[in-house]
Amino acid sequence: MTSPVESLVNREYQYGFVTDIPSEVFPRGLNEDVIRMISARKQEPAFMLEWRLRAYRRWLEMKEPHHWANVSYPPIDYQDIIYFAAPRTQKPLGSLDEVDPALLRTYEKLGIPLSEQKRLSGVAVDAIFDSVSVATTFKETLAKEGIIFCSFSEAVREHPELVQQYLGSVVPYNDNFFAALNSAVFSDGSFVYVPPGVRCPMELSTYFRINTQDVGQFERTLIVADEGAYVSYLEGCTAPRFDTNQLHAAVVELVALKGATIRYSTVQNWYAGDADGKGGIYNFVTKRGKAAENAKISWTQVETGSAITWKYPSVILQGDNSVGEFYSVAVVNGRQQADTGTKMIHVGRNTRSTIVSKGISAGQGNNSYRGLVKVLPRAAGARNYTQCDSMLIGNRCGAHTFPYIDVQNPTASVEHEASTSKIGEDQIFYLKQRGLNTENAVSMIVNGFCKEVFKELPMEFAVEAQKLLGITLEGSVG
Amino acid sequence: MLEITNLHARAGEKPILNGITLSVKEGEVHAVMGPNGSGKSTLAQVLAGHPAYEVTDGSVTFLGQDLLELEPEERAKLGLFLAFQYPVEIPGVTNAYLLRAAYNELRKARGQEEVDPMDFMDLVEEKLKLVDWGPEILSRSVNAGFSGGEKKRNEILQMAVLEPKLAILDETDSGLDIDALRTVADGVNRLRRPDNATIVVTHYQRLLNYIVPDYVHVLAGGRIVRSGGKELALELEAKGYEWLTEEAVTA
Repeated sequence: MTSPVESLVNREYQYGFVTDIPSEVFPRGLNEDVIRMISARKQEPAFMLEWRLRAYRRWLEMKEPHHWANVSYPPIDYQDIIYFAAPRTQKPLGSLDEVDPALLRTYEKLGIPLSEQKRLSGVAVDAIFDSVSVATTFKETLAKEGIIFCSFSEAVREHPELVQQYLGSVVPYNDNFFAALNSAVFSDGSFVYVPPGVRCPMELSTYFRINTQDVGQFERTLIVADEGAYVSYLEGCTAPRFDTNQLHAAVVELVALKGATIRYSTVQNWYAGDADGKGGIYNFVTKRGKAAENAKISWTQVETGSAITWKYPSVILQGDNSVGEFYSVAVVNGRQQADTGTKMIHVGRNTRSTIVSKGISAGQGNNSYRGLVKVLPRAAGARNYTQCDSMLIGNRCGAHTFPYIDVQNPTASVEHEASTSKIGEDQIFYLKQRGLNTENAVSMIVNGFCKEVFKELPMEFAVEAQKLLGITLEGSVG
Repeated sequence: MLEITNLHARAGEKPILNGITLSVKEGEVHAVMGPNGSGKSTLAQVLAGHPAYEVTDGSVTFLGQDLLELEPEERAKLGLFLAFQYPVEIPGVTNAYLLRAAYNELRKARGQEEVDPMDFMDLVEEKLKLVDWGPEILSRSVNAGFSGGEKKRNEILQMAVLEPKLAILDETDSGLDIDALRTVADGVNRLRRPDNATIVVTHYQRLLNYIVPDYVHVLAGGRIVRSGGKELALELEAKGYEWLTEEAVTA
């Protein structure tokens, strides 16, 4: 007898449209000239170009990490990628009024209104379109508090001393293959600086959109919370449907100084490819934060898109009593592959970390959790709690857990709990018997499963994430 | 209200129901009894539409509709409720959330507006009294970490909120101590109305001391081998099932 928990149909990806807008597009391929062009185009100071070139030269010596992650894909031709594409503008943008209306409409369509009248209450947005930031809202309001929230390019021009001080301080240019590539060619991203003792009064958000076919998006985000500061930041991502794969190799660096708190949330909904696995985004991202004494860094991610996801938002618990958290929901459907998790590096004394990972696999998706908890010799009294739960929907998907634990201090305490469950026909039948249809039943079970993570998201986005999960899994249960 | 005619059903290749005919009217309580493997729980599951069973012959009409044509949720919306023998756990989903979602689904099906969480709380607090529970149960995840008795009580709470036309209690007494049995039976009795009906599926007569049936049916080998009044249950208690199952075999 065939089980009803089997059939597989995917709803159309609703963000798959392309904006028709004149763009400046660099020729395909990568060499030092392309890097010089990017740097010149962005009017960067000399230190920036030198940094890029160092990264590029290092990258040339590195190998793409194909051997350890539990994902498979054909080799990427790095000479066939476009490294810079930007909507054509006449001059640097002074205000939102000068943004091309076609772009504003694109973001409206994506549910990200850039005009401040129609804003999500209390959320400032930096919108990145292909390689450049097109608009940042609420800049003036934030500036009153001394908070800098702008595109990375602008930060390089306006605040070079901050950029020079912190860029690469958490993720060095030679950290790994994709981070090195990003360091060489990154085109834009967001920059945040919150001064000492300031609590950022609104959520900050960056919205990434890849529009041009075959363009790689290499954005770089740097968030610095000075002593005792607080900031909550969210990123969202979508891309049009193309039948070629697009590379997204971002780097995010978080610097939480003494007593500061950074909450970083991601709702990732890149195009995942069609049901046969054609097209979709390769999402190879390096995210890391460094927490000083009494500081706290909290990563929350809801990963529903991308053909391949490869990311491990991590925290270096440098200072004594610092806290690192990682809350993750990763969903794979169709032929998606995700290898994601975190690294918690306990350096300081009495450092604490919490990892809650929820993996959901449907269709022929393959989901792996990979996490490292490392306690260095000095980290007396370090504590970690890890909980890794996997849920399977149907019979053709996979869930894997790869925990690495390395403890070098005898007073540390590390706990790891893992579970795997299959969404049961009995659970679905039970809810149907109470009047819910199959889709609502699955959505209720899955949302219940993810609850511990969703409650970490800012309110507005928790609702968004729940909806997204419903859409991603729609049709995964027949 | 419910007309079951010559119902045959199987699980995989194995026939379990072999021609059940049963009629239930408004205001009635029917007890379906029988030894293990007689098909009584299957009957409950088939009426609710469990996908593991395939109906091979016969018909069932419920409130004038062909029940077997309907999805389980459509049956629920018509007013059919199954109190499960083994209620499932749904971690992370609170009782309050499920109760309200289910309640609103049924309201929508009747063309009524959904109720908001505040109004719903008022309604639920009344219903909690029926099962002798405080409001703290509402914030616990559905059946997660509940004792056997609590799970059964939770089924009765759901039934109280959803006010079905036809409630089928599948071995609701199994695993209950005498106090829990009383609480559950009291709840069921207080939900009895002239316009609804109850089918009590049970192995033991003991529950029927508390929920007094109008009719008792004995199942053996997937058929009803004897029907009678409540005294039939007492007879079974005294004589066991064997005399009836032997009759069925020789018949």
